[in-house]
Amino acid sequence: MTHLLLENVSVGDLSDVSLAVAAGQVICLSGPSGSGKSRLLRAVADLEPHGGVISLAGANQQSMPAHQWRSRVAMVPSDSQWWFDEVGGHFPDKGNERLPSALGFPPDVMEWSVSRLSSGERQRLALWRALVLQPEALLLDEPTANLDGRTTETVERWLLEEIRQRQIATLWVAHEPAQIHRVADAHYQIHGTRLEPVNGSD
Amino acid sequence: MEVIDLAWWKLGLAALLVLALAATGYVARLGITRSLLIAATRTVIQLALIGLVLEALFASSAFYWVALLALVMLLAAGREVMARQARRLQGWWAFGIGTSAMFVSSFTVTVLALTVIIGPEPWYAPQYAIPLLGMMLGNTMTGVSLALDRLNESVWHQRAVIENRLMLGQTWQQALEDIRRDAMRSGMMPSINAMAAAGIVSLPGMMTGQILAGSPPSVAVKYQILVMLIITVGTGFGALMAVSWGGCRLFDERERLRLDRLVRH
Repeated sequence: MTHLLLENVSVGDLSDVSLAVAAGQVICLSGPSGSGKSRLLRAVADLEPHGGVISLAGANQQSMPAHQWRSRVAMVPSDSQWWFDEVGGHFPDKGNERLPSALGFPPDVMEWSVSRLSSGERQRLALWRALVLQPEALLLDEPTANLDGRTTETVERWLLEEIRQRQIATLWVAHEPAQIHRVADAHYQIHGTRLEPVNGSD
Repeated sequence: MEVIDLAWWKLGLAALLVLALAATGYVARLGITRSLLIAATRTVIQLALIGLVLEALFASSAFYWVALLALVMLLAAGREVMARQARRLQGWWAFGIGTSAMFVSSFTVTVLALTVIIGPEPWYAPQYAIPLLGMMLGNTMTGVSLALDRLNESVWHQRAVIENRLMLGQTWQQALEDIRRDAMRSGMMPSINAMAAAGIVSLPGMMTGQILAGSPPSVAVKYQILVMLIITVGTGFGALMAVSWGGCRLFDERERLRLDRLVRH
């Protein structure tokens, strides 16, 4: 069953991007830097003007208020931002209780000051911050870019588990072939102005 | 009590003092001589002209002349608001938003003060209407320009934060909440500070002028209180409107942040 659907989407240099992401499926996108991966994710989140049709479970992106679309199709940027002094301010009241152990935080992390978080810690909390919104689709822009090797694999496993369990349709921008091999159900690469499927040879 | 008129040649004495300051600055190479002289000359010419205009206006006191002068003052203030923003909205928006906000707040509050509180006959009597409007516009202009400048500057620098908040499904109003609060605070601070310091640290100019002109201090004080209160109200509502219209224009119908609508000047 297809959940997130892109039909002839064009943004920036990219054109005619068509993709179907089923619920609980991970599709990896890769390409040279500056090729428009992030812009494509931003277009799916409707943060960037774009052509074509994007829909979620049959509902057109343009048929609902933009903030409603973005709460169903949540995006985690590669460089997450924090605007309150304390970590807890960024989470709804109950986010604390279910904080997964795989992220490796003590329970009192919600009282921590954001300024003491490392970039890797911010990245992991940003993923959790998006997941507690219970989105139906997830747009991840290099979600493990700031993590070291071991943490990367732990976070990957946890993310995949959440994605499968919650049946989230996921677009995952990655550049490391090993990671793509580990997480992707399908892999597409940007060549010039096109998004082309990469056959499961790697 | 009769007001002592000042002869023009006596003003010349004050001007000589300015020349002495300019000469000192020149000798000491302070680099202010030129701007000091230009500004002093502008003051003399602009005030002399407005004196003539007001004399003529008081003599005729026709409504349309009062309205025309009010319009000129409003447009000048609108231009000034635009010039004071380092980054501003493209096209006519910067001028339009600032000017409309000042128009709605200053004119409403001034007309209200004239008709309901002071009650001159007719209500637009230029002796009351023009000075009152001038003070309102002058202060609202400061408030609106500070608020808009802060709004645009913060949005520009906090682009990533705003967009991250949007990505998590917040509405544009929620994503802009903190910035809007800061912008309002910048716009309102001067009038709040002025009210807090009035009478203790500073004797406000209008009251001082009225006392010099022979009014009993008790009357002058009442006018000053009235003016400070309505200035704060006008500034507050002006800044409020400017910030909410400006914020609205920074997003499009899909709640996307549109920084391309801001230009640096």
